[in-house]
Order: sequence, then structure tokens, then C-alpha cells
Amino acid sequence: MKVEEVPQDDSPGYAKERRAVYAQDADGGYVVAASSGWAVEEAANTLAVATFEAQAQAARARCAAGEGSPLEVLMYVRRMDVPTLAQATGLWAWRVKRHLSPKGYRRLSPALRQRYAEALGCDVTLLLPDAEAPA
Amino acid sequence: MNTRPITHRHAGHCETGVSSILLEAAGLTLSEAEVLGLSSGLTFVHLPFVRINELPLTSYRMPPGRIYRGLARRIGVRWAQQRFRHPAAGMAALDAALEQGRAVGIQASVYWLPYFPDAMRFHFNAHNLIVYGRDGDDYLVSDPVFEAPQRCPREALQRARFVRGALAPKGLMYWPVSVPGAIDWSTAFARSVRKTANMMLRAPFPFVGIRGIRLLGRQLERLPRRWDDARQRLYLGQVVRMQEEIGTGGGGFRFMYAAYLHEMADRLNRADLAEVGQSMTACGDAWRQFAVACARQIRSRQAVELAGPIEALARVATLEAQAFRDVLAVSRKPARSLAHLK
Repeated sequence: MKVEEVPQDDSPGYAKERRAVYAQDADGGYVVAASSGWAVEEAANTLAVATFEAQAQAARARCAAGEGSPLEVLMYVRRMDVPTLAQATGLWAWRVKRHLSPKGYRRLSPALRQRYAEALGCDVTLLLPDAEAPA
Repeated sequence: MNTRPITHRHAGHCETGVSSILLEAAGLTLSEAEVLGLSSGLTFVHLPFVRINELPLTSYRMPPGRIYRGLARRIGVRWAQQRFRHPAAGMAALDAALEQGRAVGIQASVYWLPYFPDAMRFHFNAHNLIVYGRDGDDYLVSDPVFEAPQRCPREALQRARFVRGALAPKGLMYWPVSVPGAIDWSTAFARSVRKTANMMLRAPFPFVGIRGIRLLGRQLERLPRRWDDARQRLYLGQVVRMQEEIGTGGGGFRFMYAAYLHEMADRLNRADLAEVGQSMTACGDAWRQFAVACARQIRSRQAVELAGPIEALARVATLEAQAFRDVLAVSRKPARSLAHLK
């Protein structure tokens, strides 16, 4: 890649930051050039972010219909999935899955609630039985 | 050690950048590319059975920690490293180091670092950065993937250092305690490239090196039979993100490795290395074309058509096989040109 080929696509995902890339200058030597983003990378990144958002939205709908839980919504809002949340809390994945259901969620003990709140970096009040699904 | 304060520099990758900056402060000037090359940090691994968000892991570099530790073995840098069971102990040790005026490298989760742009925040736990000072409740951070130094509140830093999960940092903190006075460049270079080339060409596992690349190609061929279009797009997106965005290197690492070969050509006064550097550059370009081919399918509104990415990847495999055979050749035959080998 030549210095003048370094993509400067102003990716919104970069939030005005720039990334260092290695490229060749006119003499063929390597230099570090700053890139403001690459549309190709942006496409992949947007898809990943959008996937989590769609999952959160679906979880909100389930929660409103009484088939899900605020915990499930918060998990996707934090860009986690069941294995990630299980590892972050140190619980078994099957237990986490159970806690995502309305019944399992209602029966959460205060200690488990606290554990989830810590792993998700949120206030424990967001995980009370009568909590609203987070926006 | 660490007598001088660190100088923040913008780098292509976190761990190589952190190592390069810390070593410079300790009195050993190594460019980021030399850190990558000498530590033999470049590789390719595709593990279909290790799932991240239900998609397989693809990495273009050695596991986290192997880069700075690799330097210990190759050129005799000695590192001090500490992990902590309790967050409070980890933060106290960090404060103590800073009070002594020592900058330290730490491992942290990208997701919990507030200075990252929101779109870049994912649960990748093996990001590296330098903490070099404290201002009240804020830590002064030199994160080499950013152009300028950053600030991070104490609470966020503690959370980022002590997340649990895959590649959990456990508060890892490291700094150089001694650097070698003189380096036998010729030997260090030959060993470093031989290790990388052997890994790429001769690893006894089908997941590593050129065989790994071809395995990824076969996986792509199988995708349509296994998954619907939406899922296939996610798969392609994951491969591209691992290649271009997350701390796994990818195309960028091939360019950085080419820079290493170019720098070594100057240092060892061997023109043949610059030639190999050019074929490594071609590999980097081929990886980028593969990413372009994938992105086209991610964005397309029609059915996913994998022929483009598969073909681009096959080209990568061919080019890399040749490039690393050339690398292996120069590691064995110093002073001779490659011209007669072709």
C-alpha cells in the first residue's frame, strides 16, 4: 500500500480519531500514516454494531410481551451474548440462560442480582423484578 | 530502569506499540516493526471451533503477551510482570509504580475504556496500553492506537483491568527491568524470521499458517450449505473485523512485517531483504483485496455470492506461501541474493 492509497474515508465509527497504518512512501520505504477510516472496515463494523442493536430491540419486544427480561435487554445493550455474560459473571451458561427468562429473572436472589449488575457495569436497581427494560 | 519519561507515539497495533514505547524509555530504541519482527509476532490462525459471538476466531498474530515476552527470548529484554487476584491490590500496585515515576504497560478490555469511540467498543479483553501518570482521579494513558495521549477515570480503568472472561487480563501490568547493551542483529534476525516462516509453512496443525488460510477458504465454500444469507454476512464481517479492526493485525501486520524486512535490509546492509519485503507488501495488499471482496458481499442487497472472497483468499494463500518461502531462504543464506532462487 502506498501512502497516497491509505484510505481516508472519514468513518463515523472512528469519531474523528485516526488510526496508524504502515504504507510505502515514494522511495519505497515504510512510514506510519494516519487513516481517518476505511469504508470496507466500516461496513463490517456497522454490521456488528447493528446486530447487537437488533438483538437488543428484539429482546425489548420480548420483554414487553412478558416473554423476556430486562437482563436480556441489558446484556445485548452491553454488546454481550450468553457465553460472554456467563464468563463475566462466572456463572454457568445454562444458569444465565435461565435467568434471561421471565420466571428465572423474577426469582433472582439479591446476591445474583448484584453479580449481574457488576458484570454489566450498571446500577442494581435496573435489575429489580419490576424494573423497566432499559432504553 | 525506565529512567526517562515515555514519549507517546502513534502505532499500528497496541502491543507492539506499547513495547516499543516502553523500551525506548528504558534506553533501547526499537521501532514498532522491529518489535513485531523480532518477537516473531506474525502468524495466521483460524480456529473454527473457538467461537466469539457464535463465529469462529481468526487471528493474524500470536496470542496476547507473546510479543513483549517474545523479545525477552530473542534479544534478552527482561520484563517484570504482575497479575492480581484483587482489583484493589492491582490498583494500589499501579499507583505505587506511578509514584516511583515508572510508566507501565497494562492489559485491559476495550469495552470498558471510555476514551474509545463507541462503535469500536467490543468485549476484547487483551488490549494493551501504557499508564504513565495520574492526575487526581484520572490516569494519564498513552494508548498507541490513538494519535494523542488519553485520560481514563480510575473506576473505568479498574473495571477494564479486571474483567472476567476469555483472555481475562487479571490486572496484568508489565515493564522492562533491563535491556541488552548490544544486540547481535544478524542472529536475532535469522532466528526471528525462521520461526515465523516455519510457523506459516510447516506448522503441524491444519489451523495455522498457509494451511489455516486454506482452511478458512474451505469454510467459506461450505457456508452456503450451512447458513442463510444474513448469517453468512455476519461471518464475512467477523473475518474482516478480525483482520482490520480488532487487535488481531491482519493486512496491516503484513505491511508492518514488510517494514521490518526493509529496516533490516538497512541495518544488515542486505538488499535481498528489501526484495522479500516487497513480496510481503504484496501479501498485505492481497489481504486488503480480500477484505474488499468480503465487504462487497456484506453491503450487497442481492444474495451472498462467495466466489469473490474465496478467489481473493486463494490468492492470499499463494502469495503468502511464496513470500514465507522467500523469508525462509534469506534466513538461511545471508549475503546472497534471491535472484538465483527464482
